[in-house]
Amino acid sequence: MASELKQTLTDPLFENNPIALQVLGICSALAVTTKMETSVVMCGAVIFVLALSNVSISIVRNFIPGSIRIIVQLTIIASLVIVADQFLQAYLYDVSKQLSVFVGLIITNCIIMGRAEAFAMQNGPLASLVDGVGNGLGYSVILVMTGFIRELFGAGKLFGIVILPSVNDGGWYHPNGILVTSAGAFFIIGIFIGLLRMWKPAQIEED
Amino acid sequence: MQHSVAYTVIFAAIVCVLCAVVVSSSAVSLEERQDVNAALDKQKNVLYAAGLATPDEGLENDAIAALFVNVKQVVVDLETGQEVPNPDFDPSAYDAIKAASSEQGRDAPSNLSRVSRLPKYQVVYQVLGEGGDVEMVVIPIEGYGLWGTLYGFLALDSDGTTVRGITYYKHKETPGLGGEVDNLNWKSLWPGRKAFDDSGATAIQVIKGSAGPPSTDPHRVDGLSGATITSRGVTNMLDFWLGENGFGTYLKQLRAAHAG
Amino acid sequence: MFEQYLNLAVKSIFVENMALAFFLGMCSFLAVSKKVKTAMGLGLAVIFVLTVTTPMNNVIYQYLLRDGALAWLGPEWAQYDLSFLGFLAYIGTIAAMVQIVEMALDRYMPALYNALGVFLPLIAVNCAILGASLFMVERDYSLAESTVFGFGSGIGWALAIVALASIRERMRYSNVPPPLRGLGITFILTGLMAIGFMAFGGIQL
Repeated sequence: MASELKQTLTDPLFENNPIALQVLGICSALAVTTKMETSVVMCGAVIFVLALSNVSISIVRNFIPGSIRIIVQLTIIASLVIVADQFLQAYLYDVSKQLSVFVGLIITNCIIMGRAEAFAMQNGPLASLVDGVGNGLGYSVILVMTGFIRELFGAGKLFGIVILPSVNDGGWYHPNGILVTSAGAFFIIGIFIGLLRMWKPAQIEED
Repeated sequence: MQHSVAYTVIFAAIVCVLCAVVVSSSAVSLEERQDVNAALDKQKNVLYAAGLATPDEGLENDAIAALFVNVKQVVVDLETGQEVPNPDFDPSAYDAIKAASSEQGRDAPSNLSRVSRLPKYQVVYQVLGEGGDVEMVVIPIEGYGLWGTLYGFLALDSDGTTVRGITYYKHKETPGLGGEVDNLNWKSLWPGRKAFDDSGATAIQVIKGSAGPPSTDPHRVDGLSGATITSRGVTNMLDFWLGENGFGTYLKQLRAAHAG
Repeated sequence: MFEQYLNLAVKSIFVENMALAFFLGMCSFLAVSKKVKTAMGLGLAVIFVLTVTTPMNNVIYQYLLRDGALAWLGPEWAQYDLSFLGFLAYIGTIAAMVQIVEMALDRYMPALYNALGVFLPLIAVNCAILGASLFMVERDYSLAESTVFGFGSGIGWALAIVALASIRERMRYSNVPPPLRGLGITFILTGLMAIGFMAFGGIQL
């Protein structure tokens, strides 16, 4: 049982990554990864919502009437996101301003709905909790990696601390403008998927 | 599993009530803290514009409040330019955007900054010196750039025309291009410029290319390279808010009082 | 008057394209763009849901949620600001609409229903749909403007996904290295399309 749980936790990191294989949760991965700070806070919020929503939905899974299934799931998810948003505005005001509309869009983050339908509706609360945390971590792997590359090479900074002084501030580094736009995020994630599948050929798509 | 209609309705009702309780309690219990954060955030940006603090200092709430002691919030009637001595609302909680869309506000005349409504009153910030006299005046500005509206503050000397600083606290411009409005080097080009020319008309503009130092080139500021539309947006919004539809009347009276 | 709506429509289709400028609705965008036929089906469903839910949410916002909105019930109700319930209300209307579309498709177009699979209920969580409602609130659109905005955004999104699907159908004859095949190259493709759409930025009508 323990090893099964361990697999539920570690699978989503590379074997079954929500973004790289399940094709879920992409919108926010593009929008908030311009800086490490926003990426990390977003990851925290998603792990929080994902874990708690998986547990809640798993607990009530045998009671939900079929006709209102989706709406009930969405209500639970939306409530958790509102709570997370309120907390951010109270305790991390600056970051919440930068995340702005994308905290609300966690509701529509397909990972949360996707895992609710695919896992929480069929498994017990403990396994669902672990699955939620695992997928949240898999999502974080991609976000942190993308945020790292975009902030470092797009602005010369990490967490706001200057690493490569940019020419705009009198330094020598020409910031890579493409990386700052979302097109750059697409390229980074696309190449990461290519590298991941070179490492794990089982994920290569057959035509 | 087929559930009866009654079961479905009761289940839905329970879920609604539970979620509503959770959401409302978190909203209500955290509301005060959030309001404090919002007010302090505005104060912080006024201080940045006036040059009394810089973003890298990473000021904590107490430090902001301490610096803000020397700043007086004054309510101004935009059309008459007069200060309102005893307003019936708290200036620090004033939401100009909401006031503009209420009945008290009015439609703005057609302008390039996409400002659609004007409030009757606005809050300006007077920075007081040692002896309690007004040293600087900070006015809120907003206008459309390339991707969205930029919100900021412009600080003017008590003579009503010399610029002391400019800061944008909210915008959607492209980092590295229009987003360079946040660059301290660009912001440092503003102090010393003159917002109005000798005849009292708005004269300040962001140009393409470089301008000279303030002493020889008082009405022009370097453009943001690669960000023509954002630069034009800055010029347009300054033209609007320094003009008669914005704080023009108020500043004219300020200039007259200073000269007299 | 009519110009204003035309302006808004063109802007939401090209300049502020939901998929390629704001990157909303990406999950289904990337997953369902393998065949033009399915892409068109999904695009049409998205247009329908967007055109209906954006004005519906506008009404809910104006008469129930915004600060002072409840004044029509009586003057003592005007003090309530329920905007924090916004997310719940908007997602509720969207989920209800999607459930209706799902039932209609299952009844009248079962082939399309099967082809869309799990991505049909996922329209409810398509960030483009919630995003359109959130933008509508932020920009304070009127009822007519909300409808035009919803319709235009839907068309823009549908255009983008059909364009991507047509390119992907062609790419089946290209020599894409195996690790990049499918998802990887699609990401890179979308990045290139996004750069192309940046050309529309800054157009003032």
